[in-house]
Amino acid sequence: MSENKINLTLKVWRQKGQKDDGQFKEYHANDISTDASFLEMLDAVNEELISKGDDPIAFDHDCREGICGSCGFMIDGNAHGPQKSTTVCQLHMRHFKNGDSVTLEPWRASSFPVIKDLMVDRTAFDRIIRSGGYISVNTGNAQDGNALPIPKQDADEAFNAATCIGCGACVASCKNASAALFTSAKISHLGLLPQGQVEKDKRALRMVEQMDAEGFGACTSTGTCSASCPKDISLINIAKMNKDFLKASLTKKPEAHAGDGV
Amino acid sequence: MAINLDSKIPSGPIESKWKNHKFNMKLVNPANKRKHSVIVVGTGLAGASAAASLGELGYKVKAFCVHESPRRAHSVAAQGGINAAKNYQNDGDSVYRLFYDTVKGGDFRAREANVHRLAEVSTAIIDTCVAQGVPFAREYGGLLSNRSFGGAQVSRTFYARGQTGQQLLLGAYSAMMRQVDLGQVELRTRREMLDLVIVDGKARGVSMRNLLTGEIESYEADAVVIATGGYSNVFYLSTNAMACAVTAAWKAHKKGALFANPCYTQIHPTCIPVHGENQSKLTLMSESLRNDGRVWVPKNKNDKRPPQDIPEGERDYYLERVYPSFGNLAPRDVASRQAKFRCDEGFGVGEGHAVYLDFKDAIQRYGEDKIAERYGNLFQMYDKITGENPYKMPMKIYPAPHYTMGGLWVDYNLMSTIPGLFVAGEANFSDHGANRLGASALMQGLADGYFVLPYTIGDYIANTKLEKVTTDNTAFKETKNEVETGINKLMNIKGNRTVESLHKELGRVMWDKCGMSRTREGLQEAAQKIAKIKQEFWNNVRIPGEVNYLNPELEKAGRVADFIELGELMCKDALEREESCGGHFREEHQENGEAKRNDDKFCHVAAWEWNGDNKPQTRHVEELKFENVKLATRSYK
Ligand SMILES: Cc1cc2nc3c(=O)[nH]c(=O)nc-3n(C[C@H](O)[C@H](O)[C@H](O)COP(=O)(O)OP(=O)(O)OC[C@H]3O[C@@H](n4cnc5c(N)ncnc54)[C@H](O)[C@@H]3O)c2cc1C
Ligand code: FES
Repeated sequence: MSENKINLTLKVWRQKGQKDDGQFKEYHANDISTDASFLEMLDAVNEELISKGDDPIAFDHDCREGICGSCGFMIDGNAHGPQKSTTVCQLHMRHFKNGDSVTLEPWRASSFPVIKDLMVDRTAFDRIIRSGGYISVNTGNAQDGNALPIPKQDADEAFNAATCIGCGACVASCKNASAALFTSAKISHLGLLPQGQVEKDKRALRMVEQMDAEGFGACTSTGTCSASCPKDISLINIAKMNKDFLKASLTKKPEAHAGDGV
Repeated sequence: MAINLDSKIPSGPIESKWKNHKFNMKLVNPANKRKHSVIVVGTGLAGASAAASLGELGYKVKAFCVHESPRRAHSVAAQGGINAAKNYQNDGDSVYRLFYDTVKGGDFRAREANVHRLAEVSTAIIDTCVAQGVPFAREYGGLLSNRSFGGAQVSRTFYARGQTGQQLLLGAYSAMMRQVDLGQVELRTRREMLDLVIVDGKARGVSMRNLLTGEIESYEADAVVIATGGYSNVFYLSTNAMACAVTAAWKAHKKGALFANPCYTQIHPTCIPVHGENQSKLTLMSESLRNDGRVWVPKNKNDKRPPQDIPEGERDYYLERVYPSFGNLAPRDVASRQAKFRCDEGFGVGEGHAVYLDFKDAIQRYGEDKIAERYGNLFQMYDKITGENPYKMPMKIYPAPHYTMGGLWVDYNLMSTIPGLFVAGEANFSDHGANRLGASALMQGLADGYFVLPYTIGDYIANTKLEKVTTDNTAFKETKNEVETGINKLMNIKGNRTVESLHKELGRVMWDKCGMSRTREGLQEAAQKIAKIKQEFWNNVRIPGEVNYLNPELEKAGRVADFIELGELMCKDALEREESCGGHFREEHQENGEAKRNDDKFCHVAAWEWNGDNKPQTRHVEELKFENVKLATRSYK
């Protein structure tokens, strides 16, 4: 860790509330340690803004370890910034040069309305999960965990899909604002496991339907979602989802999804 | 006030207490469950699992969290794993051994009956999670894999690479979202509980601030569960996520719930060291790394050579030297203290406040691929933060605040001293005594939520006469008024100091005087310093923005105000506990650097009662009895 100090110019999207108009404003971040994280740099800018009596820049964040999926905005047009496989909270200032000018903007997608400044509302994701992103099993019903061996490869693949943190970078990077990568990661995770087979068809139908109802765009397989994903969620998941959805649509029984599960 | 701290431990032999208790509890018939409602505040592992299970049983559940989505709760960050007494490895594990290890690991300051129940239900947790689709690590034969954790000599930890918390939380979250889908759980996010509403002496509701609109909302129910996590952020720098706060628990404390053992905090030995003034939080490097990493410092003081140039003979693998039978897997309190001793003596590396965690031998033995498979994401995280590659260079690590064993006092049923107020997960004090063993917090949170509360809340509802209450009741209006007055008071200070700067100041005092090692003088000094910080806060804090908009500074200010009061109590509790036990190390009470308990005087839980603003709190005592695991000096040598 060899510490250096750098100065940056920031162009930041400022928007007071969901119904207000927004605009870019310029700020200066001075004397920033290259060991600091990007969010720590913003903390420093905010401390100065507060001291001057201004409103600090709002951004979502919590774990600052790249796992909770709270953080995320565009840095110079890249979701989470320039470093691959990295959330903005894990992006460090050593990747910037003294004198750099950077532009910060919230995720842009009609299904993710801006709440304030760099913060958006991603609760559409929760509603997609609510529509079948689970295995219907009540607490206390389970057999012994080892009663059902699962080939390691399937378990590992399911795990890889399950590492999605729900940050929304995929939607923000996609020119159609599609949520296909997010939705398919959950469908794959559960669909790869034997426990998830019973509801496989219904799950694909309902989740895709909800995704469309939330106003996310269609997937045209350009792949920017996966390229910008901080967790490297694979495009294969989307192919799997399309297959599951098609199969489920073709074999759909009349009671398959309406009023599900009750 | 005369308070009888009745732990309500069922009678009978330890193995059958829970079984008998479950049978003796009153049931609510299925048709009636529909008529009863439960508020669950916090939807991390403990809260989400409770909300899901209560919803499955048929109760009307109202769940809340401060996060945008339940999936973002701090539980998501847990790395290493979750314990369960499955004995899949055939290495001598059993419910009794997990019970024994946890009682001993907690340095004989936990309730035996609670710990035994925890060990009993641990196995069902794994089964439940597997059924939900949690993708635990598996062996080639398709069966579940285990690793070892500190303070145990068996391999009983289940894991999902270095992301166990994420996977378990997504499991609990999906179970809860299923209940949302079915209409059993009403979920409201970005809501912060700012007070508890008490009607006729019972917890009947909450006051919540809608963080998007600033509105103060009231909700009623027949019982309230607080599952809002721990308070390590009192130290400012900790491994906890930024929003972790004591606020919900503290407000309940001020309304009459006793707060137990606040001074029991866990300082985790393996965290990335502090890098500078801008730093906002510390990052944990999972304890699981000590399965394969060896901890050492140079044998010579102030040795500035790069680690690879220091020959084997000039390295001190101090954990292996001091604790030959547990070695690098010594429990956290012990390992942290040893790291501090080495650095205080001048053997620290880097800036002096770090020791090495070295994977060279493991990489030689298993190859880089295997190590990457086990800890890949942790190594990557280390690299991102420090800019150094741990496959090539040993990690530099140092202890940091991580977990809080103290919390709201609860009886065996997880009910606080306020009837109808239940507390689950890290927010309660129940199972870990003075030190928590690794991989036991996830276990406890899920045990509370999936397997304890669904029974004990039913018993409470079945046994209690609950009048119909609506939010038009005066108690709700009064509470809402108090909350609004409190917020306006904060906004009107209009001083010159940022919330952050005051939080930092508090954190520094807490870390220096009430951290890894404590003394009488230090704690007295801390009390004076905190009083000054408190005064400064209430006279000179500046909160920009407006009340009726999203206002993160206002949120932080409320949390820091509570941390300041908690800090006062922690120092007081640490001062009164004239012994060392687990994470509570009083320099006056030690034997060759090991904690020295005083069982004659302090074999008890200290639970504090709030007496009003600026009045000293009253210390109450619950005696602890050890009928199964004999009180003994804890040794890992
Ligand atoms: C980095 C790290 C790694 C860890 N690794 C492990 C591990 O490997 N194994 C292990 O066993 N343990 C581990 N732990 C500990 C463990 O993760 C936590 O103790 C546990 O997850 C806490 O769960 P919880 O449900 O009690 O609280 P949390 O997960 O913290 O959830 C708290 C919930 O309460 C909500 N909330 C908080 N305040 C309010 C309020 N005022 N109003 C409304 N809602 C509120 C939050 O939004 C959240 O939903 C780790 C901890 C850390 C910090
Ligand atoms: S803050 Fe949690 S992922 Fe960035």
